[in-house]
Amino acid sequence: MPDAPMLEVDAVSRVFDVSRPWLQRVLAREERLSLRAVDEVSFAIDRGATLSLVGESGCGKSTVARLVVGLFPPTSGSIRFEGQSLSAARAQPALRRRMNMIFQDPYASLNPRWRVRDIVAEPLRAFGLLSGRDAIGDRVGELLRQVGLAPADGEKFPHEFSGGQRQRISIARALSSEPEFLVCDEPTSALDVSVQAQILNLMKDLQQRLGLTYLFISHNLAVVRHMSDQLGVMYLGRIVESGPAEEIFSAPLHPYTRMLLAAIPDLDMVGGRTPVAGEVPSPIDPPPGCPFHPRCPLANARCRVERPGYTPTGDVLVACHAVEEGRTSP
Amino acid sequence: MALLDVEELKVEFPTRRGVLRAIDGVSFGIEPGEVLGVVGESGAGKSLTGAAIIGLLEPPGRIAGGRVLLDGKRIDNLPPARMREIRGRQIGAIFQDPLTTLDPVYPVGRQLTETMQTHLKLSDADARRRAVAWLERVGIPAGAQRVNAYPHEFSGGMRQRVVIALALCAEPRLVIADEPTTALDVSIQAQIIELLKSLTRDHGTSVMLVTHDMGVIAETADRVAVMYAGRIAEIGPVRAVVKQPAHPYTEGLMGSIPWIERKVERLRQIDGAMPRLNAIPPGCAFNPRCPHVFDRCRVERPDLLDAGATRAACWLHDA
Repeated sequence: MPDAPMLEVDAVSRVFDVSRPWLQRVLAREERLSLRAVDEVSFAIDRGATLSLVGESGCGKSTVARLVVGLFPPTSGSIRFEGQSLSAARAQPALRRRMNMIFQDPYASLNPRWRVRDIVAEPLRAFGLLSGRDAIGDRVGELLRQVGLAPADGEKFPHEFSGGQRQRISIARALSSEPEFLVCDEPTSALDVSVQAQILNLMKDLQQRLGLTYLFISHNLAVVRHMSDQLGVMYLGRIVESGPAEEIFSAPLHPYTRMLLAAIPDLDMVGGRTPVAGEVPSPIDPPPGCPFHPRCPLANARCRVERPGYTPTGDVLVACHAVEEGRTSP
Repeated sequence: MALLDVEELKVEFPTRRGVLRAIDGVSFGIEPGEVLGVVGESGAGKSLTGAAIIGLLEPPGRIAGGRVLLDGKRIDNLPPARMREIRGRQIGAIFQDPLTTLDPVYPVGRQLTETMQTHLKLSDADARRRAVAWLERVGIPAGAQRVNAYPHEFSGGMRQRVVIALALCAEPRLVIADEPTTALDVSIQAQIIELLKSLTRDHGTSVMLVTHDMGVIAETADRVAVMYAGRIAEIGPVRAVVKQPAHPYTEGLMGSIPWIERKVERLRQIDGAMPRLNAIPPGCAFNPRCPHVFDRCRVERPDLLDAGATRAACWLHDA
């Protein structure tokens, strides 16, 4: 099936138990508390494409990333990787090595006591892809060259590198098992802009050269626009708008997407943007109906009680009553 | 006359392996009511410049040269007790992380009244009334009740509003805001920037806005100083610096930012990284990464030179 998506996520939810310890709960006569971090999220990523999830802190985007690589199982819904369910795919090393992850903080994601060559070679050894010191050494050298470092850097420890170089090491490690699918969770958020440009360019080059598929997680809309083919905008655990990135950026439909885009500082200095009132509500006790209604300029009685389904508008899916009803001004 | 004048400021850190010069001859002024943006990448010295002005350098860091004048009077050599009176009363400060700025064991109202009563002659009742008014002015609803709340009871955006109230409540003439929105989400960031702009405009307060986010500077600042390796690479009106940068570093920095308005296939990148303090190259510190480098750049260090609308420390502009 060459045309089947590489990854299909279908109505996936993840609930975390955030109750206090049992004894305290019993003494205070409290109910169990649960937090619905991801709520019926669906999307599909084609081979060689980049899908980005964007949203503010606490919207569940990183939880989706962790669900997709199998760091924890979904509470409900299914994730299929190359047509196989993720739990079945994770059980086979041959499939498992084909997905990998790049984390946000290159200071925390590299073991400070390991030499770079061992860090990069770990997936090779773990999957038994190569044996023999020389073969592994050659491959590590090649991987380091691929991300713009020198093979001799393999002898060094992570602390000898700057943040951008460390992120290159994480990318080399992620690439060592020759994956086809990479989950990148805020890969440049900890980096300065000039270094961010280097890493984003490197990721695009590698995607073209190796035909990689990316799930890209970020809060930075400008970075997301630069990287994505497809886009999903998340709010309080739900995708509120998804579709081709260019369409959403040129004509955002959901009031939340419009608000996010308007909130970005304007580099052309035309000014006159309208900051939006309010903050993201607690995901432990989300508002009924549409989760965005308390901040939405278009909210009406229906939005307060009934949760919107997805309305297809061209290639874009939007979860908004106002868009569905054609209400565009309050 | 400029409200704040910084002349040839130098900041050093003595270490076991010799003295590191983190800021090396920085000069600029801020006019009354003006917003000066200071941008640069981590380690460029932008936060240290703010800390040096306000007298909050962490030891062993020390001012090793130059002068800081507020209203024509030197403030860089004042004894700590005198400096404490200036801090808060004349110069307010807003830092990146509101949780470490606020004292977790006192209600926010008490922190506001304490600050005001330290610097202004106010009765308890007056101070309390003003504290409530400040909370409402920074957009915290029901100030009369929230005045008794503790910092942990506020969200991140609300805490930063309290910090802004705290910085402005003694009505200082200059506010140093160090990455005031970096810890916040974009929608909250927009609210905070808007608030800071309107409050400082209403009170005619000058602002030194330190940030790595060019977008925030473009929207907020009147002039901008771009720092690189402890020196100002370029300074000038914000529009000129963003649209027609004169220094190759500024040009590279602007090209490396993904803009939301337009999509490019590849970002311009500046190869390499900013040098470490113990390995700053001779001549212009940017010369190993500069696409226009020539012999003079490798031996002679440029000072700020007139470069059309801005001033840039670059030999390309030596007439």
